[in-house]
Amino acid sequence: MVTDHDPAEEARMTSRSSAPDALPPAAGGTPTITVRIDSAARAEPGTAHDDGEQPVLSFRDVSFYYGAFRAVKDVTIDVRTRQITAIIGPSGCGKSTLLRTINRMNDLIPRTRLEGEVLFHGENLYAPYVDAVEVRRRIGMVFQKPNPFPKSIYDNVAFGPRVNGMKGRIDDLVEASLRRAALWDEVKDKLNQSGLSLSGGQQQRLCIARAIATEPEVILMDEPCSSLDPRATLQIEELMAELTARYTIVIVTHNMQQAARASDFTVFLNMAEDRAGYVVEQAETTKIFTNPDNRLTEDYVSGRFG
Amino acid sequence: MSMSAVAAGSVRRSLRASHRDWAGVVFEVLLLLSLLFALVTLFVLLADVLTRSLPVFAERGVDFLTSSLSSRPEKAGVVQGIVGTAITAVLVPLLAFPVGVLTAVYLEEYAPDNRFTRLITVNIRNLAGVPSVVYGLLGLAVFVAAFAALGLGTGRNIVAGALTLAVLVLPLVIITATEAIRAVPSTIREAGFGLGGSRWQVVQALILPSAAPGILTGMVLALSRALGETAPLILAGAVLGSFSTGGSLRDLLAGPYTVLPIIVYDWARKPQVEFRELTSAAIVVLLVVTLFANAVAILLRNRYVREW
Amino acid sequence: MAQAAHPAGGSTLVGRPGRRRSEALVKAVLIGASALSIAISVGIVLSLLAESVLFLSQIDLSQLVAPGWFPRRGMYDLATLFAGTLLVTIIAMGLAGPVGLLAAIWLSEYASLRSRNRIKPVIEILAGVPSVVLGFFALTWISPNMVKTIFPGANNFNILAAGLGVGILTIPLVASVSEDAMRAVPRSLREASYGLGARRTTTVIRVVLPAAVSGVVAALILAVSRAVGETMVVAVAAGATGGSLLTVNPLGPGQTLTAAMASLATGSDQVTGDSAAFLSLFFLGLLLFLLTLVLNVVGDAFVRRTRQRY
Repeated sequence: MVTDHDPAEEARMTSRSSAPDALPPAAGGTPTITVRIDSAARAEPGTAHDDGEQPVLSFRDVSFYYGAFRAVKDVTIDVRTRQITAIIGPSGCGKSTLLRTINRMNDLIPRTRLEGEVLFHGENLYAPYVDAVEVRRRIGMVFQKPNPFPKSIYDNVAFGPRVNGMKGRIDDLVEASLRRAALWDEVKDKLNQSGLSLSGGQQQRLCIARAIATEPEVILMDEPCSSLDPRATLQIEELMAELTARYTIVIVTHNMQQAARASDFTVFLNMAEDRAGYVVEQAETTKIFTNPDNRLTEDYVSGRFG
Repeated sequence: MSMSAVAAGSVRRSLRASHRDWAGVVFEVLLLLSLLFALVTLFVLLADVLTRSLPVFAERGVDFLTSSLSSRPEKAGVVQGIVGTAITAVLVPLLAFPVGVLTAVYLEEYAPDNRFTRLITVNIRNLAGVPSVVYGLLGLAVFVAAFAALGLGTGRNIVAGALTLAVLVLPLVIITATEAIRAVPSTIREAGFGLGGSRWQVVQALILPSAAPGILTGMVLALSRALGETAPLILAGAVLGSFSTGGSLRDLLAGPYTVLPIIVYDWARKPQVEFRELTSAAIVVLLVVTLFANAVAILLRNRYVREW
Repeated sequence: MAQAAHPAGGSTLVGRPGRRRSEALVKAVLIGASALSIAISVGIVLSLLAESVLFLSQIDLSQLVAPGWFPRRGMYDLATLFAGTLLVTIIAMGLAGPVGLLAAIWLSEYASLRSRNRIKPVIEILAGVPSVVLGFFALTWISPNMVKTIFPGANNFNILAAGLGVGILTIPLVASVSEDAMRAVPRSLREASYGLGARRTTTVIRVVLPAAVSGVVAALILAVSRAVGETMVVAVAAGATGGSLLTVNPLGPGQTLTAAMASLATGSDQVTGDSAAFLSLFFLGLLLFLLTLVLNVVGDAFVRRTRQRY
């Protein structure tokens, strides 16, 4: 997991532009996409993924079934600690399903089952002794459409700690979470107002603050920007880069440019003929978008299908 | 005329209706008449009752509300009915509300989709359609008999009556609570679970507060229904005719009782003309209670209809 | 929060046992509450059955086809009661069916939002009037002012007035279920009809109503069930306490299943629990329960058919 120095890498590290560059592929040629890094918020290269440190999350030959229908098959992925991993792929290929297996949200749907193992720090999350509630404290989730509770901003952020048994003063925790979600300055004077009174982008940041408040290790994001305008989207992406200092992020997105901009590692999922999703390729984001190994990957990222 | 004027004229003619839509007009008039019928009926009913009752209130005023039942019209009053209705208004929610809401919570949030669940759901729907008089039979056979067996006289007390009414409105409470819970968007549930909440935590901290206005509306509607019921209490032992009890709580709860609709029924059957007026006056008191409860329910519902 | 990378012994992902126990307790309480509703049904059926069997064992079956319903004289003619119930129901539906349906059509298809929000509550208020009040109204207003002006020879107590009273009570039920059915018809159907140049009346009669027909049928069936089960209006306005001969004359007094039950309960046999007259109360209750059960099951089936369609 050590990065070799090469000219492309140099270019990447020195680029500091903050405007997202979304470039469609030149006709017939290899696509050129600029990857933006806000390196000020980054840990030094080399410590972002320590040599020898195990990935915090792994899939091992995972297949997931809704009843008799297999939605994803034979998925093996490593999610690196404190990096942003994006899962991309055409509609219906099982990206969200895969994401939701991580925090066992699919348990809420009847007649689902999982084969294989989802490992969190080496422990299988689907072992019989594991309590899904505990899993969800350690692995948080931000949803596609911002869904703050019809409660005050303070109570929204405090909800997670409270149901997890934290009592007493959590003002500090609420403030820290809102700060880390880059929302504190905008709401510090109106913590008692309803969470629903905020704008779309603010609501999503509130949801991020809410998820952070339980002090998870991993944050799952299911197309978090798909209902936001470009400016709010940009704010969220900047926030994600800052968050990797403390949290591992897995994001599902159908917006390829977003994956290219914002992630370190990309997993490309495609739908097979039996309508099950499978991993076509998984690699560093630059590689996926500039020099993928698989022909299908190249076709997808250059927009030839999906 | 120029060519374009001719053309314009013919277009205009073809766009105008070829004949007046008489059938449509008649139909719309019919519709409005039907609506009017319903409204006018209500109006006439209320007006008739009010005018008939005026002499009673004019001559006796508050005395009517504080006198007890009597076979002599000039002394008869509804206080015992008011007391009975008030006690019922306290007991029925206490008995029906918790069981009803908990059942709705179970059915919507916990119950797996199996035969037991379907059995309960179908059963509740059927119970909602059972005539109220049949619930009176249940009350007589079970609650009154139970109290009698426990040594409480004939068993015909207001607690047995309230139990009967509670069982009567229970399906209504369950159905309205179920709908209120179902209306809470699933995104709220998802976020709650996603933060590590257990099922009961999500229900109690997120879903019930959101569904509370709808549940409350249902409860008020059910109460209004219960307070207007007569037939079940006739069977379950309300007293027709005069009686008297001591003033202690125990006397009130364990002894003979009546409620406003029962008084209306009793007086309506009496042949003396004076009792016609008294019946109307009692109806006014009853309507104040039930229509007030209905209005509260409708207001609650309109005010708290949340746009998700 | 301690982040154990790999716990030496015991996992941090195991839930607290205290929480697991309280969750199980909550679930048990909820199941208990739900089972209560089944207990109620069982209670109803058992008590009705037990006493009905007792009743039937005490009488001779020929008493069920006596010339009239005179329970204290041992005459338990069921046909008398069913005829009365049928007559009241027909009159009630004759009023509530058309009026309710037409009102629903207006509310659903013609009314502006403002009118609808003003008028719907009024109809709901009508639904909230206690039935005993309507019975009194039927006796003291409908009978003298409407029935006797048209039919001067009618009795003060007559089935026609009672039937009209039950009908008034039932109008809101017909109106609201029919209206729900019509509003469930998708707009696209109406728009298709208008797009072809049809007027509103045509669209309503030939497109919306046929599409909503199962809901309308459901409304009517549920209304019939309500009319059959209605007690107090007849008890007050139709007058035949203590007994009635078989009659189909709407201008005279009469007796229904339900009002007969009320009479039995308020008669002097109220106290004795074992006399056949008293037990007939439960037998009638059983018949009523079965009748309305069948009607409601059929009606609910139609309601579900409308919901499934769209």
